[in-house]
Amino acid sequence: MGSLRLVTILLFLGSPAFAQSPTYGVGRTPTAEEIRRMDISIGPTGEELPPGRGTAKEGAQVFEQKGCIACHGPAGLGGMAPELQSKKGHDVPIWKRERILPLRSPFATTVWDYINRGMPAGNEGTLTANEVYSLTAYLLFVNKVIPEDEVLDQQSLPKVKMPIGDDYGKLHEWKPNTPRLEGYPY
Amino acid sequence: MDSKRTNRRELLKGGAALAGGVTLGELAASQAQAHDHPMTPGSENASPMILGSKELVEYGQRSRYVTSVRIQHPPGGRPSPDLFGKVFHVASPLQDSVGVITPSSLHYVATTRGSYMPDIDPKLHTLTIHGLVDQPLTLTMDDLKRFPSVTRLHFIECAGNRHTPQQKTVQETHGMTSCAEWTGVPLSTLLKECGLKGSATWFVAEGAEEVKGASSMPISKAMDDCLIAYGMNGEALRPQQGFPVRIIPPGFEGIFHTKYLRRIKVVDRYYMNYNDFGHLRPDPKELALSEQIGPKSVITYPSGGQQLPGRGFYEISGLAWSGGGAIRTVEVSTDGGKKWNLAELKTTPQRMAHVRFGYPWTWDGNATEILSRATDEIGQVQALREQIAQWWNVPVERNYRVPGLDNSVMPWKIAKDGGVTNGLA
Repeated sequence: MGSLRLVTILLFLGSPAFAQSPTYGVGRTPTAEEIRRMDISIGPTGEELPPGRGTAKEGAQVFEQKGCIACHGPAGLGGMAPELQSKKGHDVPIWKRERILPLRSPFATTVWDYINRGMPAGNEGTLTANEVYSLTAYLLFVNKVIPEDEVLDQQSLPKVKMPIGDDYGKLHEWKPNTPRLEGYPY
Repeated sequence: MDSKRTNRRELLKGGAALAGGVTLGELAASQAQAHDHPMTPGSENASPMILGSKELVEYGQRSRYVTSVRIQHPPGGRPSPDLFGKVFHVASPLQDSVGVITPSSLHYVATTRGSYMPDIDPKLHTLTIHGLVDQPLTLTMDDLKRFPSVTRLHFIECAGNRHTPQQKTVQETHGMTSCAEWTGVPLSTLLKECGLKGSATWFVAEGAEEVKGASSMPISKAMDDCLIAYGMNGEALRPQQGFPVRIIPPGFEGIFHTKYLRRIKVVDRYYMNYNDFGHLRPDPKELALSEQIGPKSVITYPSGGQQLPGRGFYEISGLAWSGGGAIRTVEVSTDGGKKWNLAELKTTPQRMAHVRFGYPWTWDGNATEILSRATDEIGQVQALREQIAQWWNVPVERNYRVPGLDNSVMPWKIAKDGGVTNGLA
């Protein structure tokens, strides 16, 4: 009797139904609308960008209205918070210029993502999409990445050519139980 | 039976004495005298007692004679808390540490820009997994706790944990690392529950604090050992450590351990969100050195600022860890690096966890330098600053900055008078 039960169990363990990973069925499926509302991760393709538009001229006004100047200084210079405008010329290689997000980032979408989730300090998450497009345009303009009249929106923002181009190190493929850098430091 | 009755009687007496306004010392003395059994030698000098209070009964406290505390990091840097109540970087008192567990109250704290600590009601908090999955999933904290859990020791170390000649103590040089017991659900369990699409190569982990701090990590790390942790050292996470839930990617730099975890988005590339920009470097070699933490160790006793009372026996004690796996060996030198001796591992080495080492040493009273170096289970060896500079083919200057996370060997100088100071100074 006992051994028969054991055989039955062994048979079940070997069956395809048991080989599959179990489904716990815990939790719920969020709606597409819920995901859209919480998904503030804007990737390099810009596929998550919301509708809206803005220019550097509008951004200059938002920069003043939203109190950005109080921390970053007029036009992003001379404040206590990180400076947002490069003082070095285009002839200086990008890695020798200042570490300024709207200058050194490989993608303009990262500038949009950062302002949208992290600014202004103390009132994060309160900017409208138009305001974020405008501020992004303004900061890219003061760093001479785009002209003053360029309109940034869902389509144009991901296409902005950043000065760094492809000139940055890419992360290697991480593998478990593998030295972080083969042959380092001997 | 008899003694039980007496104890009850004495208890009543004690209560009456307290009501009558006797001092605590008198009360303790009267209790000692009234004891049924003869006093043991020395018990007449019993210390004053610590009265129980509702608070002490409910949630204990350490002795008032134990005063070890965290400090802002770096000293003279940005204060924590600042004028707005924000906490930036706070270092753990490693010089007083024993064993490998950092008490939750002394665990180092870091935030990317001195974020507010959100006061999250766990009943309202959810974690959503979406992106390149077959079935997105939203979990409440109660849901999360229904999944099979794991409990593991893991260190977390901040990229700012660098030793410089200017620092004095091991708290200043190495206090931005800590090790705790974490309990939670493997991220692989949750991702399998959702079903990963073939194009999934990275994921973004995002917090619920005001800046919604986010980092991209490889999906291979998620499937290997990432933990979605709600427990720390036997209780719920502390708010400073991401209550109610954070991610632990074992052995990755501290910044990847997203607190207040609210969202995991599975994607097909490094997503360049929030923290990701800060990792960019021109050289991919330097980039690789600032993701997984290298093998590292430090002597916590004797260490900077301490004083050896005289020649004689000491057990040198320290901590070792690696982002590449468990520590295999630790070596200690007591002659400035000429001879290296195998140290004893005092705890069972575990993957991406602190291990405590010890080395018996009889100090002859001469000035010397003591150092330690760790080797991990995948063969990575902790290097001297000189060796690292040589690899990069640059001169090693006094303020040489090791590329990536600084896991170089830390020297402590012992002076003839027993004073211990920073060997880099």
